[in-house]
Amino acid sequence: MAYRHKMKLTPAQVDILEGKQGAVKAKVMETIVRYGDMFEATELVPVTHGEGHLVTSFGLSLLKPVYRIMDELISAGLKVEEGFTIDPRPYDPENVSYNPLDRLMYSKILYGAQESYEKQLAQLGLKSGDSFTCTCYYPEIGNVPDKGDVLSWAESSAVNYANSVLGARCNRNSGMIELFGSIVGFVPKFGLLTDEGRKARWKVTVNTTKKPLPQILGSAIGIKVMEDVPYVVGLDRWIGNELTDECKSYLKDFGAATASNGAVGLYHVENVTPEAREFGETLLCDGYNEYVIDDAELERVYRSYPVMWKHPEKKGTIAFVGCPHLSSTQLEEWADRILDGLKSGDRRKVACQTILCTPVPVRKAFENTEKYALLRKSGVEVTSICPLMYTSNPLTKSRRIMTCSNKLRTYSLARYYKDDELLAIITGKEE
Amino acid sequence: MKEFKGRVLNGGYFKGEAVVSHQGVNTLASFQSSAIMHADKVKIADQNNPDIFQKNVTGKALCLPQTIGSTTGGMVLQVICSMGINPSCLLFSEHIDSLAGAGVILSVVWENSELIAIDQLGQEFLDTVRSGDIIEVTEDGTVRIL
Repeated sequence: MAYRHKMKLTPAQVDILEGKQGAVKAKVMETIVRYGDMFEATELVPVTHGEGHLVTSFGLSLLKPVYRIMDELISAGLKVEEGFTIDPRPYDPENVSYNPLDRLMYSKILYGAQESYEKQLAQLGLKSGDSFTCTCYYPEIGNVPDKGDVLSWAESSAVNYANSVLGARCNRNSGMIELFGSIVGFVPKFGLLTDEGRKARWKVTVNTTKKPLPQILGSAIGIKVMEDVPYVVGLDRWIGNELTDECKSYLKDFGAATASNGAVGLYHVENVTPEAREFGETLLCDGYNEYVIDDAELERVYRSYPVMWKHPEKKGTIAFVGCPHLSSTQLEEWADRILDGLKSGDRRKVACQTILCTPVPVRKAFENTEKYALLRKSGVEVTSICPLMYTSNPLTKSRRIMTCSNKLRTYSLARYYKDDELLAIITGKEE
Repeated sequence: MKEFKGRVLNGGYFKGEAVVSHQGVNTLASFQSSAIMHADKVKIADQNNPDIFQKNVTGKALCLPQTIGSTTGGMVLQVICSMGINPSCLLFSEHIDSLAGAGVILSVVWENSELIAIDQLGQEFLDTVRSGDIIEVTEDGTVRIL
């Protein structure tokens, strides 16, 4: 018997739910409708930006339920008609140095299902081999929704960016839900899809004496507001009013930290992000909470991060930069800073394994530059993997991984360093 | 004995131990390691959640405000349900969040899981229940701290 839905459905949607387009599509629809009912959704609305973005890019052997569902979908002839991009691959033996044990662990044990999973993804609508990145909204990738578009995406940082910086509308969907919404072409209307759900319950005032690091500012806000929408004032003083490449890169890292340290799916920055520019403080709910962030508060948050290394007194061995993936502007900046740092310290090689992560098309373009050759000579590795998936390997637990990404810190045993601190370690200027 | 009433998302009967997190539970950070290691129990691995860090939640009632973190969260919950190492109950003081909601539905629809989920139990519930308390959950969404 078909699920007894609470929300309003069109006759065509009811037909799908009742199995008139097949049992598997009915089960997909039931999942979407139940999901909406759980959140008191009023109706299902069409996905207006049909290109999906999936979070589950890794063929972890343990994800048997996912592969089973994928097979069911493929057998039923279902797919995402406009295609989808997907989070980064977990493993890149061409561009990252692994020892033999690591190679075995990643390719056979941990991600042993990668090849077969990628075949499933291709059958379901994966756009291309270049589509593996958490930053699908970069122009080089081209999965860029318009303001007001309704999406069926997952990946917390991508959803956060699409809602906040692009002004699209997407809930923080889980893996599988995003695929199901893209397949049926409808998503339940609730939360961040509604005008009311996009209003801010927090007014956050940035009152610092210097430009705050996006990773720590985002972390502080995420920890404070959790899943609420913050309206941030005073940040335009530091990042300007225009959505330049530099500003968008800042907001990308800031947003990823709000999403991973809390559960923020949307933020507004006064005079910067599209809805804040359009509606200003009318986006604040009645009775909103306030949070003032100054230098001391940022330092308090930074000091609160636990160091999870077994031997915290020892030096780090691997540095990851680019979670979420570096934009081309950021990649250039990191390359310049590392090369300049080595030169000024009269060093030829970086002091630890250093891995910069960026989308495939950005990396391919960068590989044709002289700077890339210099970086490679210095020992830096440029890849398109997901650093988080690198750290899923239990063998990495004793490796003292360092990062300037608050997202990676949150989901792994990696130790967080500010950008300048990490740069000093990479270039051998700090013991 | 204290009694609380919530909204039934997936009903069932449970009597057993509570494990309590006063902050949002990061599903990926909490459950991933145990799943990857094919562990027979979920030992919470989230370094940022001192309330439940390194506690075993398999077969217990996980009491929490909401879940937070990566959007793989729902799927991770589905995976631990398919492995049979999930908490028996998820008891939310607040409205369930979209990631946990997805995880519950994926587990019920695609895994035939009997994971019990109740939300909107209220802040007083979370202020009252303690890790190690024995609690009873009934089909109508009543939670008793015995």
